[in-house]
Amino acid sequence: MIVIGALVAVCAGLVWRRDGIDGVLKILTHDLWLFGEIMPRVLAGCLLGGFIAEILPHEKVSRALGPNSGLKGLLIGTAFGAILPGGPFTAYPVAAALLTVGADFGATIAMVVSWTLIGYGRAVAWELPILGTEFTLWRIVISLPIPVLAGWLGRFVFVRMYPKGEPS
Amino acid sequence: MTASALIIDITLWGSVLILGFMAWQRGRVVLVSSVREGSMDFINIVPRIALGVIGSGYIAAVIPAEVITGWLGPDSGWFGVLTAVIAGAATPGGPVVGFSIGAVALKVGGGSPQVIAYVVAWALFAFQRMILWEIPFMPARFVWFRAAVSVPFPFLAAAIAMVIGKP
Repeated sequence: MIVIGALVAVCAGLVWRRDGIDGVLKILTHDLWLFGEIMPRVLAGCLLGGFIAEILPHEKVSRALGPNSGLKGLLIGTAFGAILPGGPFTAYPVAAALLTVGADFGATIAMVVSWTLIGYGRAVAWELPILGTEFTLWRIVISLPIPVLAGWLGRFVFVRMYPKGEPS
Repeated sequence: MTASALIIDITLWGSVLILGFMAWQRGRVVLVSSVREGSMDFINIVPRIALGVIGSGYIAAVIPAEVITGWLGPDSGWFGVLTAVIAGAATPGGPVVGFSIGAVALKVGGGSPQVIAYVVAWALFAFQRMILWEIPFMPARFVWFRAAVSVPFPFLAAAIAMVIGKP
């Protein structure tokens, strides 16, 4: 947080030197507006995370998505990431909730990577219109194996880094 | 508000209502405690999102898009893939910026494997999304771990693109 704050301060200073106070204020009002627009969605994402943490039974999640869930767990994580609605304001709170109810790093990595690479939301809203159907489909087909591979690599490294489980 | 934003909001709040209803069926206690937990998360996250959203505008203003397009040289082989990966991680702004730079690179003759590597790297590592969303919501150890194990994959995607070629 401190690092990011310092980075922002330096960049704001650079903008001020280049464009003067008007440039600084223009970005500030634009971003404040964006912030107001995003807030309700962040609230919705946090509520989703809260509900998921309470509703999903821990034993079931850790069996389906835990360290011993095998390839099936990685595939479930991938499928879940691909169909999850909304943007980062839902994906990350939901992923954090899954971690707390017993999913392991591997399955959660598969979910996050799947959401970002093959999730339909961003592809339909942004990638199709800007990069075209052909490129987008080609890119998604090439990306299909990546979430499972990333989750598998995550698991492989994790059990070697923390053989006795995650330190608290 | 655009149509796609409206659809996002409807599916989002629809999911909240459905899950809320499921929690309520488990009993009032479950509903109240999950709403309380979600609200606490929200209160904790707001200052970080504020810094991220308001601050990232300044970071984006300092990194001009031309710099990044310049890095995506046409048919530059594996060196081009490497620069594409770094450019993807360094691209500021949201999906419009990332995909537009990819489209420009394709138009000015950038190789398809390089543009694939760029888009995949942007999806996996765009620093602004990591700072703004991933780090505030997820345990920091998870984020670094996730990013580290993702490093080989833009290169793998480029390799697959080189092998199978463009349809």
